[in-house]
Amino acid sequence: MLGVGAYRTRNRPTLSELLPLPIGEMSWTLTDHQGRSVRPRDWAGRPAMVFFGFTWCPDVCPTTLSDISLWLEELGADADRMIVALISVDPERDTPAVLADYVSSFDPRIIGLTGPADEVAKAAADFRVTYRRVDKDGGDYTMDHTAGVFLFHPDGRFASIIDFHEDRRFAVPKIRRTLS
Amino acid sequence: MKHFLFAAALILSAPAAMACETVTIGDLTVEHAWSKATIGAGRPGVFYVEITNTGSTDDALVGIATPAAGMPMLHETVVQDGIASMPHAMSIPVPAGQRAQLSPGGYHGMLMGLTTALKEGDSFPVTLTFEKAGEVTVNVDVLSMRAEGPDCADAGQ
Repeated sequence: MLGVGAYRTRNRPTLSELLPLPIGEMSWTLTDHQGRSVRPRDWAGRPAMVFFGFTWCPDVCPTTLSDISLWLEELGADADRMIVALISVDPERDTPAVLADYVSSFDPRIIGLTGPADEVAKAAADFRVTYRRVDKDGGDYTMDHTAGVFLFHPDGRFASIIDFHEDRRFAVPKIRRTLS
Repeated sequence: MKHFLFAAALILSAPAAMACETVTIGDLTVEHAWSKATIGAGRPGVFYVEITNTGSTDDALVGIATPAAGMPMLHETVVQDGIASMPHAMSIPVPAGQRAQLSPGGYHGMLMGLTTALKEGDSFPVTLTFEKAGEVTVNVDVLSMRAEGPDCADAGQ
């Protein structure tokens, strides 16, 4: 049995290495779409719904934001205290002003976060998110990134993930469980 | 019941959007062509459509062209191990007797190098090239950035 345990430790990430940190243990400092500095401790006591993306992405990100807007509509005022944030994995192009433009098309409770590349990297590491720049012909580039939506309880504990293709009927009850 | 009939009449009397037009070429029916508004012309636009193949021969969508964008391409959103990537799709199969969908989260046209920002309410033509059926042009409705698809009376999912 000890042998098996040692094998696992060496070759497989433990659960705590796969799951996002509790928000209170995160260490990033980002800037929201209105230019305000945001740190994890600012979210203390509030449930949170966070996902990573970038505004240049034509399909995944607007689709996720549309879904989230519909979920928020369905939850109504119950979700008013919830932090709902898009963290850009493309800070080079996603300035606060660009994010402001972008999130204005969706539910007003959604905020955009960006920052220096190393702070974005820190946030990604805290959330256990992967992203990667993919260069295209003509100097353009796109980003591969973790597409799930992360949910956190008001005390900052990680609650669950809503996968990109998950049925909306399951998403809203999942969110609701973090609201109380 | 009265309320229901009234509501139904309202929907039917609304002007039909172009996205609800149906264009056919050979055995292929092309419908529900739509796009989303963009912020500026710097970011790529997106193109969604449904193609039904009523024939007995497989076909494939191999390219798109439009005056609205300098470099329109076919892409597929692939989510593997939770990570979304967007590889170029050389061709999108339209098998005999089946419906192929370019829809949010799956296959889509990526309109790079937009000539102008896409605004809600605008429309623009896209020419689809099929391996066997050849070329056909559809009008694409620009819906809001939040839209999940055109609202057609006969909209199939």
